[in-house]
Amino acid sequence: MTLAALGIALFLLPLVGLLARTPWARLPALLAGDVVTDALRLSAVTSISAAAVSMVLGVPLAWLLARVDFPGRALVRGIVTLPLVLPPVVGGAALLFALGRRGLVGGPLEQGTGLLLPFSTWGVVVANTFVAMPFLVITVEGALRNMDRRYEDAAASLGADRLTVLQRVTLPMIAPSLVAGLVLSWARAFGEFGATITFAGNLQGRTQTLPLAVFVALERDRDVAVAISLVMVAVSLLVLVGLRDRWWRAT
Amino acid sequence: MSGGLDATLVVRRSEAFRLELRLSVPAGRTVALLGPNAAGKSTAVHALAGLLPLDAGRVELGGLVLDDPAADVLVPAERRRVGVVFQDYLLFPHLGVLENVAFGPRSCGIGRAEARRRARSWIARLELDGLAERRPRDLSGGQAQRAALARALASEPDLLLLDEPLAALDVTTRSEIRRVLAEHLRAFAGPRLLITHDPAEAFLLADEIHVLEDGRVTQSGTADDIRLRPRTRYAADLAGTNFLRGIARRGEVDTGTHVLHVADHEVEGPVLVTLRPTAISVHRTRPEGSFRNSWPTTVARVERLGHRVRLLTGAPLPVAVEMTDEAREELGLAPGSAIWVALKATEIGVEPDTAATSRAP
Repeated sequence: MTLAALGIALFLLPLVGLLARTPWARLPALLAGDVVTDALRLSAVTSISAAAVSMVLGVPLAWLLARVDFPGRALVRGIVTLPLVLPPVVGGAALLFALGRRGLVGGPLEQGTGLLLPFSTWGVVVANTFVAMPFLVITVEGALRNMDRRYEDAAASLGADRLTVLQRVTLPMIAPSLVAGLVLSWARAFGEFGATITFAGNLQGRTQTLPLAVFVALERDRDVAVAISLVMVAVSLLVLVGLRDRWWRAT
Repeated sequence: MSGGLDATLVVRRSEAFRLELRLSVPAGRTVALLGPNAAGKSTAVHALAGLLPLDAGRVELGGLVLDDPAADVLVPAERRRVGVVFQDYLLFPHLGVLENVAFGPRSCGIGRAEARRRARSWIARLELDGLAERRPRDLSGGQAQRAALARALASEPDLLLLDEPLAALDVTTRSEIRRVLAEHLRAFAGPRLLITHDPAEAFLLADEIHVLEDGRVTQSGTADDIRLRPRTRYAADLAGTNFLRGIARRGEVDTGTHVLHVADHEVEGPVLVTLRPTAISVHRTRPEGSFRNSWPTTVARVERLGHRVRLLTGAPLPVAVEMTDEAREELGLAPGSAIWVALKATEIGVEPDTAATSRAP
């Protein structure tokens, strides 16, 4: 009991500390500031984009891992899930070596298309996707494995080709997990710090997302840091509550 | 008018298990594959539906070859005109009944409106009116079964496969749902294949029965062939249940040689009567008590089944009775002994004999 209470305290105390430190009177003015609105807009765009890219690439990847027996599948799964345990800073550095101006792919990419990922908003999306997509892949792969595949047989016996089976049976049946994976990857992208600052830098309005803004504000104006933190806590709580019905009931 | 099914199925599922089955089902006939679990019944369904390729053999439906590994022909499941009522029905949980039934027509390229129109007509035909928007989880067992049948039929298949269509139902509703199923089966013009482990289901719904054991057919014939001349131990155990035909009228069933009192006073006409061998008691003298049925007879034969024995009684109503060997010794029973047999009216199963009604002009 005591240990459990201690556990709860560990989670609760920072929240209390944050609320206690909040300059409520100045809050509207703080939140309306340039730095905060830029970061909020940028965070919304990049985290949602990262979640979307995670879904577009992650669902086929999850399907491949769950349904196709190919040599090296375990290795691919390992590589895909590596960002879950890798320190994000290392991930960002690795991205820089691969996609930076002097990187393995980054150089040819810039020469060919003029696109330079580091220190651009696209770079933020790439860094976010790198750390966030494993959550979606793992969630969706699990759902695909656990799904009763006889429903797909039933659909085929009714004349549905593979694409129709996927669209009308498989994806709708794993929809709760798909939503959960999407929200988890979005949340991870929303809170991303290390890979972003390493790979994309910290430019206000271009790559400075909310967590980066908090980091900078802690040095300059603590009240701004508190205000941004409060926004992030509020958004996270909102998402958790929205997710509760689908995710917690399903598990 | 669709043609019949002609199939020779050879499927190796593992080193140890191999299905080898020859099937011929004319249009308008129901053939049952009757067998214990893991006999290969579901493998046969999957092979016929195109969900599992043959290792050897051939499947031909209405003159069209669906699978012939020797000729390198394999029509995939989605292009076969085979309707399946799956075990547990497998209605899509995220779709209502209407969308489930419309799934087949929609998948075959028919527009949404037309597919729904067809689905509605099948829903009406299978007496599912008012349930079109229901989700499968909100259906009763019987309703789910009819929805599964409607979904299979809405694609207008040339062959209907029913994989344990009654196994998911509880015992109290099973016989009524079986009667309804029999009616709908008769309305399907093509060949029908019923997969079941329940002899009563096979005897009541099928014109011909193949007993499938360990991947092979051990006996084929009508219900009577298998009941009266079982060739394997499994068939004999199935046949161990007494199946009698008779005419029911106001709580009495006339078998032709004897009249049984039954609990069901509603059922009229040709019936199939089931008497469990363990429900029949044997006495040396006229039994007292609440038995609604008792009659004097003799012991015709004694068979040993491990610790139990099976007695076969003589005229007027030959039945099989099971008891422990100790009980037999106590009563001093041997072939020729004069006995009374007794059983309660509630222990007698009575089903409308759908095979007899379908044969009637």
